[in-house]
Amino acid sequence: MAVVFQKTKGLTDLQTHYCPGCTHGIIHRLVGEVLEELGVLGESIGVAPVGCSVLAYKYFNCDMQEAAHGRAPAVATGIKRVLPDKVVFTYQGDGDLASIGAAEIVHAAARGEKITTIFVNNAIYGMTGGQMAPTTLVGQKATTSPYGRDAAVVGMPMRVSEMLATLDGAVYVERVSVNNPGNVRKTKAAIKKAFQAQINGEGFSIVEVLSTCPTNWGMHPVESLKWLEDNMIPYYPLGNFKKVEEGK
Amino acid sequence: MSKVLMKGNEAVAKAAIEAGCKYFFGYPITPQNEIPEYMSRELPKIGGVFLQAESEVAAINMVYGAAGAGVRVMTSSSSPGIALKQEGISYIAGAELPAVIVNMMRGGPGLGGIQPSQADYFMCTRGGGNGDYRHVVYAPATLQEAVDMTMEAFEVADFYRMPVMVLGDGMIGQMMEPVEFRQPAKRELEEKTWASVGTKMERKPNVINSLYLDAKELEDHNIRLEEKYNTIIKNETRHENYKTEDADIVFVAYGTTARIAKNAADALREEGIKAGVLRPITLWPFPERAFDELNCKAILTVEMSMGQMIEDVKLSVNGRLPVHFVGRSGGMVPEPKLIVEKAKEILGGAQ
Repeated sequence: MAVVFQKTKGLTDLQTHYCPGCTHGIIHRLVGEVLEELGVLGESIGVAPVGCSVLAYKYFNCDMQEAAHGRAPAVATGIKRVLPDKVVFTYQGDGDLASIGAAEIVHAAARGEKITTIFVNNAIYGMTGGQMAPTTLVGQKATTSPYGRDAAVVGMPMRVSEMLATLDGAVYVERVSVNNPGNVRKTKAAIKKAFQAQINGEGFSIVEVLSTCPTNWGMHPVESLKWLEDNMIPYYPLGNFKKVEEGK
Repeated sequence: MSKVLMKGNEAVAKAAIEAGCKYFFGYPITPQNEIPEYMSRELPKIGGVFLQAESEVAAINMVYGAAGAGVRVMTSSSSPGIALKQEGISYIAGAELPAVIVNMMRGGPGLGGIQPSQADYFMCTRGGGNGDYRHVVYAPATLQEAVDMTMEAFEVADFYRMPVMVLGDGMIGQMMEPVEFRQPAKRELEEKTWASVGTKMERKPNVINSLYLDAKELEDHNIRLEEKYNTIIKNETRHENYKTEDADIVFVAYGTTARIAKNAADALREEGIKAGVLRPITLWPFPERAFDELNCKAILTVEMSMGQMIEDVKLSVNGRLPVHFVGRSGGMVPEPKLIVEKAKEILGGAQ
């Protein structure tokens, strides 16, 4: 019988610790598939963050480093500067990247660091139990915004892709979502383009993936996907913010 | 190789390159700026990388990444910057990565000042970062020592897979002395088969990590680190005895202050007062056992701080002898006269 689908070699055989309905698993798979399809798995070094995907170093089937909270882009910079011919990526959540690691991601992008960042935005701190993130939507309840995010107190949620796209060093910036099969396919295509930009030596590339957190949002997985579509996509529009110029 | 007259910071930077360090990540702060400046000039010439990071925090994490990729790498800073690097130093210690960190100390607390100081003793010997960890701390008193220790630091870091600090001060960084660059005794270093350089699909992934969610696993990790630290205490502890054999009073001082203490001891001896100096060369491991051999009447700890190393001196002496303190802080450098007068006061000779 012909094989129509098999698990990517880009992931280890370990069972992940992610909650039921969490979309980290899909995003892990897409990254693993892209690394395998580009034939760079053995040439890749990934950097795991602090947060829900802190154990990503056990799941990606390539050399990995575990960074301190928010510092993945700095760690990846150290690796890439030593190994310019290797493929180096960070996998970070929104608390890690947009809050404590804001300086590191901005400057990695500004330097045009030839790394790829997979930025998983689920609008909440998942691992620590559902606290408010810089990406938490106005009115959204979290354990540290129990009455809903109040913009008058903590400001508006950050649109990271739009911000990074203003930097010359960022050559590929795209926001995608994994809320339905069509968008999952688009996400994979974006991740592939981002890694391709790195392999071509173009500069910094980032894919922001809108993701769900059923556990901390207090919703069923299917409700979560709907909530993402109804609430996150209107504030965080999907699309490309920066493309590598054709024929460059 | 003949001696060359160099500024301390530049000598340290050149020593690192001579030791095979081709990667440097740093951030500007006085009084150590000549180190990154020298690196930015010289590393590109030899195919190395100098990168000015966006902060000390980023710099030390770049060091983590580069060390994890298996190369000799260094960063340098001064007191407030080293405070910011403590997060990364803890992670480097936890992940057992070799790296060299230079601290040219200035006065504190807070923004403090930019003049020479030794007020980072607690931060640098106690592990300013979180968790159970230690790292070797070298305290050079001359620029030749600063050169030798920087080169040795890379060997020690690789040998034990740990961060190693060279702890100078603004005086060591800014003054000039003749130095020569001699390769340290080569240690038998294992190939860095643990480094994350890509599997080439020929082996299982290497993971650079300090996370152990299982409490028992973390305790086992801590016990293993402790065993390593005990080996270092046994094999790497260094100190110098200067005229301590017949001394009635022994000054304990390191780095810049040790030079001043030696002058004070010589001045006292000219007056017939037997004084000597015990100089810790490694601050961690601290030369505890060196104090067992002292047969003096009193000990005087001299520091450019309000008194920090004195705690280790007291622990080492363990109540056997009276331990006194004299020092200046905030960037003020003690003169020999201050030490001489304090010694006379202690020995009952003060007018």
